[in-house]
Amino acid sequence: MNGWSHHLLVAPILIPLIASALLLFIDERRRVAKAMVSLASAILLVVIAFILFRIESGPNGFEGVYLVGNWSAPFGIVLVLDGLSAMMLLLTALLAVSALVFSLARWHAVGAHFHSMFQLLLMGVNGAFLTGDLFNLFVFFEVMLAASYGLLLHGSGPLRVKAGMHYIAVNLVAALLFLIGVSLIYGTAGTLNMADLAARIPEIEPDRRMLMEAGAGILGVVFLIKAGMWPLCFWLPTAYSAASAPVAGIFAIMSKLGIYVILRLTMLLFGEGPSAGFGAPVLLYGGMATLIFGIVGVLASQALGRLAGFSVLVSSGTLLMVLGINDGAVSSGALLYLVSSTLTISAFFMLIELVERGQDAGANVLAVTMEAYGEADDEPENEEEGVTMPGTMAVLGICFAACGILLSGLPPLSGFVAKFAMLSAMMGTGSIGVPPTAAIWALVVLVILSGIAALISMTRVGIRTFWSSIEGTVPRVLVIEIVPVMFLLALTLALTVRAGPAMQYMDTTIRTLSKPSIYIDAVNNALPIKGVKAGTEGE
Amino acid sequence: MELVLSIAIGIMTSCGVWLILRPRTYQVIIGLSLLSYAVNLFIFGVGGVKANVPPILGNDDPSILADPVPQALVLTAIVIGFATTALFLVVLLASRGLTGSDHVDGRNEPK
Repeated sequence: MNGWSHHLLVAPILIPLIASALLLFIDERRRVAKAMVSLASAILLVVIAFILFRIESGPNGFEGVYLVGNWSAPFGIVLVLDGLSAMMLLLTALLAVSALVFSLARWHAVGAHFHSMFQLLLMGVNGAFLTGDLFNLFVFFEVMLAASYGLLLHGSGPLRVKAGMHYIAVNLVAALLFLIGVSLIYGTAGTLNMADLAARIPEIEPDRRMLMEAGAGILGVVFLIKAGMWPLCFWLPTAYSAASAPVAGIFAIMSKLGIYVILRLTMLLFGEGPSAGFGAPVLLYGGMATLIFGIVGVLASQALGRLAGFSVLVSSGTLLMVLGINDGAVSSGALLYLVSSTLTISAFFMLIELVERGQDAGANVLAVTMEAYGEADDEPENEEEGVTMPGTMAVLGICFAACGILLSGLPPLSGFVAKFAMLSAMMGTGSIGVPPTAAIWALVVLVILSGIAALISMTRVGIRTFWSSIEGTVPRVLVIEIVPVMFLLALTLALTVRAGPAMQYMDTTIRTLSKPSIYIDAVNNALPIKGVKAGTEGE
Repeated sequence: MELVLSIAIGIMTSCGVWLILRPRTYQVIIGLSLLSYAVNLFIFGVGGVKANVPPILGNDDPSILADPVPQALVLTAIVIGFATTALFLVVLLASRGLTGSDHVDGRNEPK
């Protein structure tokens, strides 16, 4: 990467920041203008993320280090782009466009500043994926969380305020733990730059190493709260099912952000050397517990929203377990599963709102929401806008079935490919090459059981909703609401068709991750641009 | 001095943890504030406790300088903590308005 394309690396952070600032100047009543700015920013993000993704998947591989402020690595702030972060950026941008288009039908109008907060959330998420520095990770995390508090409360109503209060309290405590973890690591290792930290860990003397590991453990708890590991996950299904549909759709990436950071830090800091494998048993058994909790939750859920919330836990549990095994071939299957399940869950959250619109419970919640916000008189006007979907029930039913197939991991969609890749690697055809141990067997059984549980639940809910619906009212669904759902499901189909190249990409990514020296060298060898004076940093 | 600092952090943390486990929203927010003070002091602590020494200025001997990084961290943490606490306060009031109760689950205490 050289010349102008080098600066593309900072664009995923700057574009949403500028967009959200611009949006503040546009009056709340000019909804079309707001929507256009927001959508333009999201589409630009997709384009940039795609270019970055193409650069990363090219033959040159790893070379995306951006020195913000032009200071060399351990002293200044660095942004690092590798295969993993490029993939996550693209995934975020695609989810963002879908959720935004979905929100334009009605949700963006039920409260103030929806688009500004949405853009800030994107900025935080993108920044967290790109940063190469623990403290900036904290800052971007907080940007993301602050925006997510507002988004969760978007639409108001007692249900959302209650869920939002729990969510905020949990995350404020998590932020404090984050600070304790970061400062312990700084106190023992003397650096917060991830590459520098990874290089210094082997040199830390044993008595300080224990403190450093304690810091890393506390830091890990924060990301496990975000990812929803049992027993830190009780807030998640309530918060996600209380959120309005497009918000829940984009929140699907936030739980994966927790997984991303855990993957990044364990591979980088504890991949090799004397602290190798630190935390792996916690991930393995914690993941198992999460998966069991998720399975029980999926089976027990009556409301669709909670079913989707517990599906998030099933997905997190599977990923955490697999990260706990820490085997290359299994991990690359898991990355494919991460992408596939994020797309599925996001589509599912949006679909649920459309399906429930025909039922009384859903309609009531929406009515209360509108009333609480005092926007009730705007509603009839909104109803008339846009084109309604023909053959609504058939299309909704097909999308619902596709979600069911993806969640339970049946062929022909990508849920199956991803689970097959993980399971076949676990069963010994992967790089393990030895007969699977008892823990691996338990894992295989749990992954299959989670599929069955999802299948049972989805079938039960599907029959109740589509075949034996007592009310029999057909929901009014606009084209711009169903298209994003179909777009996300089409992406999983594309992932199935192009499973070969996708798996190859995941393999390369995991191979790069499992050699921390590549990351460390890339960051340390990044040179400031000559002839440009380093900027002064300040608060 | 280290002893005083650690006792202060310990007392504030224990009070904070006890308070955030209480059922009233006001107690929770006071608990969160106490915890954030404790954490801010803790961040100062990890840089080594030194009194009356400047952060890096000029070419002095590094051993007599205070570490500037924890100070920068604390500053950022204070700003962010302040903003999120203010936001939590608003949600707390909204919850009180909607449910008519200051219980964290929005329910009234059984008499």
